[in-house]
Amino acid sequence: MAYSDKVIDHYSNPRNVGTLDKSKKNVGTGLVGAPECGDVMRLQIEVDENNIITDAKFKTFGCGSAIASSSLATEWLKGKSIDDAITIDNMDIVEELALPPVKIHCSVLAEDAIKSAINDYRVKNGLPALELEKSHH
Amino acid sequence: MLTTPIYLDNNATTPMDPRVLEAMLPYFTQKFGNAASRNHPFGWVAEEAVDYAREQVAKLIGASEKEIIFTSGATESDNLAIKGVYEMYKDKGNHIITLTTEHKAVLDTCKHLEKLGAQVTYLEVESDGLVDLQKLEAAMTPQTILVSVMYGNNEIGVIQPIKEISAIAHKHGALFFSDATQAVGKIPVNVNEDGIDLMAFTGHKMYGPKGVGALYVRRKNPRVKVTSQMDGGGHERGMRSGTLNVPGIVGFGKACELCQLEMEQDAKRLSALRDKLENSLLELEESYVNGNKANRLPHTTNISFKYVEGEGLMMAMKDMAVSSGSACTSASLEPSYVLKNLGLSDDLAHSSIRFGLGRFTTEEEVDFAIENTKKAVNHLRELSPLWEMFKEGIDLDSIEWAEH
Repeated sequence: MAYSDKVIDHYSNPRNVGTLDKSKKNVGTGLVGAPECGDVMRLQIEVDENNIITDAKFKTFGCGSAIASSSLATEWLKGKSIDDAITIDNMDIVEELALPPVKIHCSVLAEDAIKSAINDYRVKNGLPALELEKSHH
Repeated sequence: MLTTPIYLDNNATTPMDPRVLEAMLPYFTQKFGNAASRNHPFGWVAEEAVDYAREQVAKLIGASEKEIIFTSGATESDNLAIKGVYEMYKDKGNHIITLTTEHKAVLDTCKHLEKLGAQVTYLEVESDGLVDLQKLEAAMTPQTILVSVMYGNNEIGVIQPIKEISAIAHKHGALFFSDATQAVGKIPVNVNEDGIDLMAFTGHKMYGPKGVGALYVRRKNPRVKVTSQMDGGGHERGMRSGTLNVPGIVGFGKACELCQLEMEQDAKRLSALRDKLENSLLELEESYVNGNKANRLPHTTNISFKYVEGEGLMMAMKDMAVSSGSACTSASLEPSYVLKNLGLSDDLAHSSIRFGLGRFTTEEEVDFAIENTKKAVNHLRELSPLWEMFKEGIDLDSIEWAEH
């Protein structure tokens, strides 16, 4: 099947590829997926004192849709508060990238990565970890 | 001049040779008769064309023309051979031996027969993709009626020791069937020298048309029979009814004739190009060839590029058609069962790319493929968290991954 233009755009020009210093207190890191399953995402956020995400970076091992989903996620995260960011739903990503049903798991993984990064930040900064609903897969 | 996209997926299908098309064309319009029409010239002309094609096909594999049953392709031939032998000989025994790395058309046919009372042994292959002959011999029982082993593997190109396998089958009184879809027309295949009793192959993997294939069924020493799976007018010596696809058969015949004439040259040229491609790509760190390199089809290589995922990689290999053992290329999300059966870990199976060269592949295209693939692998490794961890010396096995 052919990829949507938006997937191709994010895949060809991925936004915010890179690594933040995970030892810093204001950096949250989420590493989700497994090499055996064919996709691993690492998503990182840098948060200021007002709980606003000032920077986001990713690296992804996976198919085009997985790379595009994480690239899009970093774009959406920047400028959001961590409370707003936690509400990003995988179906928003599906819709934006026009992912076919067989690729929905890529968006789920991106949502998991966001939540896991936010929780890492919260725990590091003395906030309680949020209870996350068990992801859909 | 290089025209893109370039096609390096010749194990999936080959383009038709223009000389084949030319041979076929009259049989769509002027010479359209039914080869089974015995009472007028339209039928005679069609029958003559089919007879000639049958000779061309038989000659390529060292058979007699009476031993060729035309079918719709290799999947049908696999079904007819395995189901047909089981039905015909099940009073003699109900045991079939095959390999875990066979094509789905063989594996799923065997699974179907298991429901009907067959006992099937699916033998594991060694890590290079080859069958261990001692394990094969150990699996033979007095109930074994059929051994089914493919000639050359579609994903990794590994060629099985066919002569030795058929000798073992015969020693224990079983028939030997080979799915030779990827091998016929690419390397010399001779049913008598190889001791093959039944063999499936198809037109569209050897520069012929799609929708036409053949089952070779031995007529002497021993005389083999299969129960037909398609009943009707009793065509093809009663083993496969249905009006013959005359233009397709004519094209298949022509394709076989061309392969016979040009196979040796093609194989020499393609194995040199394949080796150039493979050696250049192995210059990339952490890349590995899958399957035995010595016993291999001349036009195929299958390489895993560790820490990048196959489908993502194919997307980056712009303007190139290849194939991957990655899960993401199939609906099942399971990586290639062939690669897994070599003992490859799932992550290496996910990282594999199959390159299949063909008669029309040029050196310029191979050079393009080398450069393009290297660029893509390097690009995706820049994006890969696993590559970064590997470079930092982190043992990926030490991480507790959230399997999903």
